[in-house]
Amino acid sequence: MAKREGLEVSVAVGDAAMLSDVDVVSAYPITPQTHIVEHLAELVANGELNAAYIPVESEHSAMSACVGASAVGARTFTATAAQGLELMHEVLYVASAMRYPMVMTVANRALSAPISIWGDHSDVMAVRDTGWIQIFVENGQEAVDNVICGFRIGEDKRVLLPVMVHLDGFALTHVIEPIELPEKKDVDRFLPPFKYPLPLDPEKPVTMGSLGSPFIYTEVKWAQEINLEKAKDVVLEIWQEFGKAFGRTYSPIEQYQTDGAKVLLLTMGSYSETAMVAIDKMRGDGKEVGLLKLRLWRPFPYEELREAVKDIDVLIVLDRAVSFGGPGGPVCSEIKSALYAEKKRPQVIGFVGGLGGRDISMAGFEEMIERGIEIARTGSEREFEIYGVRE
Amino acid sequence: MATAVHGPGKITELEPFAPGHRACSGCGEALAVRLAAKAIGNNAIIVNATGCMEVVASPFPYTSWRIPWIHTLFENAAAVASGAEAGLKSMEKKGKRPKRNTKIVAFAGDGGTSDIGLQALSGALERGHDFVYICLDNEAYMNTGIQRSSATPYGASTTTSPAGKESLGQITWKKNMPAIATAHDIPYVATACPSYHRDLMKKVTKALETPGAAYIHILSACPTGWRCPTDDAIKVGRLAVRTGIFPLYEVENGQYKLSLSLTKLEPVENYLKTQGRFRHLTESTIKEIQERVTREYNKLVELSGKAGGEASSE
Repeated sequence: MAKREGLEVSVAVGDAAMLSDVDVVSAYPITPQTHIVEHLAELVANGELNAAYIPVESEHSAMSACVGASAVGARTFTATAAQGLELMHEVLYVASAMRYPMVMTVANRALSAPISIWGDHSDVMAVRDTGWIQIFVENGQEAVDNVICGFRIGEDKRVLLPVMVHLDGFALTHVIEPIELPEKKDVDRFLPPFKYPLPLDPEKPVTMGSLGSPFIYTEVKWAQEINLEKAKDVVLEIWQEFGKAFGRTYSPIEQYQTDGAKVLLLTMGSYSETAMVAIDKMRGDGKEVGLLKLRLWRPFPYEELREAVKDIDVLIVLDRAVSFGGPGGPVCSEIKSALYAEKKRPQVIGFVGGLGGRDISMAGFEEMIERGIEIARTGSEREFEIYGVRE
Repeated sequence: MATAVHGPGKITELEPFAPGHRACSGCGEALAVRLAAKAIGNNAIIVNATGCMEVVASPFPYTSWRIPWIHTLFENAAAVASGAEAGLKSMEKKGKRPKRNTKIVAFAGDGGTSDIGLQALSGALERGHDFVYICLDNEAYMNTGIQRSSATPYGASTTTSPAGKESLGQITWKKNMPAIATAHDIPYVATACPSYHRDLMKKVTKALETPGAAYIHILSACPTGWRCPTDDAIKVGRLAVRTGIFPLYEVENGQYKLSLSLTKLEPVENYLKTQGRFRHLTESTIKEIQERVTREYNKLVELSGKAGGEASSE
């Protein structure tokens, strides 16, 4: 039986990659991802992890090397954050379109300028459409579990896609939490060796990355979209299976204190933990509020979202990124669009907050929910409001 | 049934790079790839940067490659090759793939090498991956329509360095990529040209056999971009070498060695006048180029310790 111990989340994430028996780690250091890759480098140096560690000269090359490693059939892992994720941008599209399963943890961080090493989701939102499966985790245990699940999901023959596991920079990466690292033998049973169907191999030559003329490009993109949509069922299946094997089951949208609630707050990542405490407090005060935690960002869980909000009046969405000059936060905007065609739908109120490491306290969430309820009643002059800003 | 031909020194009939690709007629680069591929053989993985050779060889659903081939982006061939090499090595070590001594060879154009891909290349060379990087230098962004790169020679007119009343065309000297590669202290660097086909193949073989990173810089004439007749690529390439504009040499573990015994260089004008891209050059510019070429060639001679290497067949 695996034991629970106090571990820095970054270290645990590195351990999860080791337990997954990765063959190649290719990474470039960037705060707040550094502890993950430092730990992996150490594991390789000590002989605890039998893998090639490529200390590349940039994130563009980090992701490119992951693509090369994955193309020869190696199980591949990397981690990055913020500017690093942006520097990888064009390679991310290649990794998904060319169907290379790999896992990347993103230590979510704000984008420059001004330079900020602290957390928010502006890095993620900029790579929203890159075709990766994207999972948000709210604590260290979820990070560990979803790195392992990430390989299993991505490598499934019905999927063959890369997986991003998003964990908030500092708020998660640099904290010590009680974490249960699964036993190696249990991970081996859950995660069989990676067998890429058509790797680069002189015994069976393949051409990868052909020129896609107009007669075929649309079909390729359509196939990619259908494939990613269908991957949702596989994600659910594997989460269930993981639950049976390890006792922790994940869902695309987790509901907290939603029974009888007429007002729900939707959050992603580590802020969900603080939000839960705020919900508990408000419930104690007799308020009918609850929380939705959006875990599966891509493919987007439309059915689960619609089901979760079908009986409520107000849905308050917290975005940790700004879609400048647009309808507000990207998450809120997507949720509005997901609910638009519903006959009965809640009012959706958008907030942006928690930018560049700005904390939102328990009292802050309470205040945000109250303000959301007020906006639902009286309206707002703005498409969205920004929480906690000094004007 | 094909008739078998026998002869001493006959070049292998192996063609990992198949005929039927879509390169322009007279393309010197396709010839360079064909020759390199013959030397590479079947037990290899090719990593190709975006560029002419990617476009002409892989229009879906066709491929010119009979050996495993991957193309992803423009600037990352060296990085993708790094990953493939590390992946193979790791899997072989762990018993996940049989040990077959499969070679990794990256191809990129001059833009993909000396401009946009320089950082990734530098990283891969510095890390010492066991692979061969071949720069196919046709001295401009030919795939997108003859725009200048840092490998475009001084005085050449391109679409983004056009010769005009106020400009002689390219106003910078060709970036010395082989010297940059050499500065990484890798075990093998060489220059080659398909006009000297045996020399080219020999160098590719040597690079493949060298453990660690190897770099080969191949000048390949582009009749389309250089504005010369389509049957002149071999002749023009030979002139580039014989004038000293593109000397053939090797750098093995830091030691320079010229590949040809050229007792006397031909005047650069003989080379320049074969191509429309230099048509506008004045006598004084040609003189300036001549002086530079002589100076640079002499530096190489000095580095090599003697005036010429062993004679190589053309």
